Amino acid sequence: MPEKFDVIVVGAGPSGTSCAYKCAQAGLKVLQIERGEYPGSKNVMGGVLYRKQMEAVIPEFWKDAPVERAIVEQRAWLLDKDSMVTTSVKNNSWEEEPCNNYTILRAKFDQWFANKAVEAGSLLINETVVLECIVEEGKVVGVRTDRPDGDVYADVVVLADGVNSLLSKKLGYHNELKPEEVALTVMEVLNLPKEVINDRFNVTDNQGVTIELFGDATKGNLGTAFIYTNKESLNLGVGTTLSSMIKAKMKPYELIEYVKNHPMVSPLIKGAESAEYLAHLIPEGGYYSIPKLYGNGVLLVGDAAQMVNGIHREGSNMAMASGTLAAETIIAAKEKGDFSEDTLSSYKTAILDSFIGKDLKKYKDANHTFEEQPQYFKDYIPMINRAASGFLTVDGTSKRDKQREALKTFTKEKGTFTVVKDLYRAWKVMK
Amino acid sequence: MHIVVCVKQVPDTRIIKVNPKTNTLDRRGIPAILNPFDSHAVEAGVRLKEKVGGTVSVLSMGPPNAVKMIRKCVEIGADEGYLISDRFFAGADTLATSYALYKAFEKMLEEKPVDIIICGKQTIDGDTGQVGPGIARRLDIPPITNVIEIKEVDEKAKKVVVKRKLEDGYEMIESSLPCLLTVEKDINPVSYSPLPNMIKAARYEPTIWKVDDLNDVDKKQLGLKGSPTIVAKMFAPPKLEGGKKIEGNAEQQSKQIVSLLLEKPELFEKKRGRA
Repeated sequence: MPEKFDVIVVGAGPSGTSCAYKCAQAGLKVLQIERGEYPGSKNVMGGVLYRKQMEAVIPEFWKDAPVERAIVEQRAWLLDKDSMVTTSVKNNSWEEEPCNNYTILRAKFDQWFANKAVEAGSLLINETVVLECIVEEGKVVGVRTDRPDGDVYADVVVLADGVNSLLSKKLGYHNELKPEEVALTVMEVLNLPKEVINDRFNVTDNQGVTIELFGDATKGNLGTAFIYTNKESLNLGVGTTLSSMIKAKMKPYELIEYVKNHPMVSPLIKGAESAEYLAHLIPEGGYYSIPKLYGNGVLLVGDAAQMVNGIHREGSNMAMASGTLAAETIIAAKEKGDFSEDTLSSYKTAILDSFIGKDLKKYKDANHTFEEQPQYFKDYIPMINRAASGFLTVDGTSKRDKQREALKTFTKEKGTFTVVKDLYRAWKVMK
Repeated sequence: MHIVVCVKQVPDTRIIKVNPKTNTLDRRGIPAILNPFDSHAVEAGVRLKEKVGGTVSVLSMGPPNAVKMIRKCVEIGADEGYLISDRFFAGADTLATSYALYKAFEKMLEEKPVDIIICGKQTIDGDTGQVGPGIARRLDIPPITNVIEIKEVDEKAKKVVVKRKLEDGYEMIESSLPCLLTVEKDINPVSYSPLPNMIKAARYEPTIWKVDDLNDVDKKQLGLKGSPTIVAKMFAPPKLEGGKKIEGNAEQQSKQIVSLLLEKPELFEKKRGRA
């Protein structure tokens, strides 16, 4: 007779592990199943870990977690072919514990995190693929793995199987992802000596920098590139919605080479040795793409629930928060001894009441708008570059004339009415 | 029947790089794995158990995190795991390692007899293939190397028949039990572990012995102190240069190959003896 657990968590990323950890801590019998060789071996993200939601799972985690650098500066680059307009916020108090955010390397971090869940009493099995949920009389009662004698049962199954959640698709909770709902991101881990990183990014040993690059980094398509500093490496990546890649006939590997060779980027990564090459889909559909989140004996968390805020590049924090909320729902259900759809529905309420639901709702139209209105990335970023560069080029023109010229850069090409309309539209979806 | 398999945790040399300046291994981020030859040894033990019954124990010497590798053996189907782990064992060469494992066997033999010991042919980090025969010598049992098949086991008559792989053929050997086999990868494909084994392994805690748990250990024979091996020099193997591509139609190509072969008469000399 196959064994029965209280909870089976499919996937050992931030959402699944948060859930497994919290459930195990509450004394539940938890089995976590990961398809990779070890947790983190297949997991990819840009590399920013948000302290707040991680702390909610493991207080003072930074004392022994493998974090890279505390992020003290966040830069944004509006990039043109050979110019850029940048903004930056730097605050050294972000380095004081508890820090605001950290950079991490997922292969290391996820292993550490999953091990915390194991220490809390969760059982972890690697290298095992869950093929489908076992459904009996309309209720999810366990999972079927690809191993011999591979069925295992539980009161509730948590699907933390990532963006392209095959399991929730099989349950019919999820439609096939549309190209505009996901971004394809490629990324490299580039090794550089610590001192070189400190010099090039103007930081000390434990301080880190994030740079988000817009505009020419994606050849004017909807998407971003990023450069994050680790202790002795950089994470450099770039992604656009799949639909933009298809439309612009861009190949992801060509795009990352384009970014690496960009004159604004190449001096930062000069001499770096490519240590890892990764690619991943990111759910960018936001609020409208959230699937059915719960059913009889089943919950969806993290990327599988499409919980990513593309505008603020937040995902891992939503994953952890959703995993935690799922655990709280399960613990309450266990007390009641009832894992029906009705009881588990409180999970959806909790998600919508949390920052996850609120933030995704706030930006619900942003991605679609920018996807359909390519002028923001294609036209305005180069215009801002021309206007700013023109304004600061000293050529004997009076400053008042310079100001007028700078403004004209926009209105001449687009017409005042269009510019105002575009500004209003952007404000509306971002407000 | 009590089958004991000796295993080792090794760095995954498939992805390891040699630092060209210092000639040392760059171990940054390299995961530790069960020595691939040893996974075949564990599988051989498990298959033998399926045939004749009994238990399969695995024995290893290594750091405390080698527990993970022992769990891997339980996934494959081992019943019990023993790890000897102590700083006194650190830095051991094959002589000191086989002494430490021999002492562990003595301890194990207090509890129950051992009928057959199976080791991998060699490790992928040291590549020496000496520890298995070293243990056999110390236990005074026959070592049989390069085994590719366990043909027959007769528990009552205390006999085993195995097939060995040689450079120029095969050899069938009958041996008394207990004996020690070192196995080639050809002995079996390692099967995909069933889920109940995975769950059992995730829960499994092996027996861990420190040096003081073993009896009458001469500490001078352990670890770095007990290792006469001296590494005089290390160098990275030269990078392989690309081969020559032979082009043309079939006739031209075969002519070229023949003339190339004829330039190397050493290829046609008859080999004598065995390696």
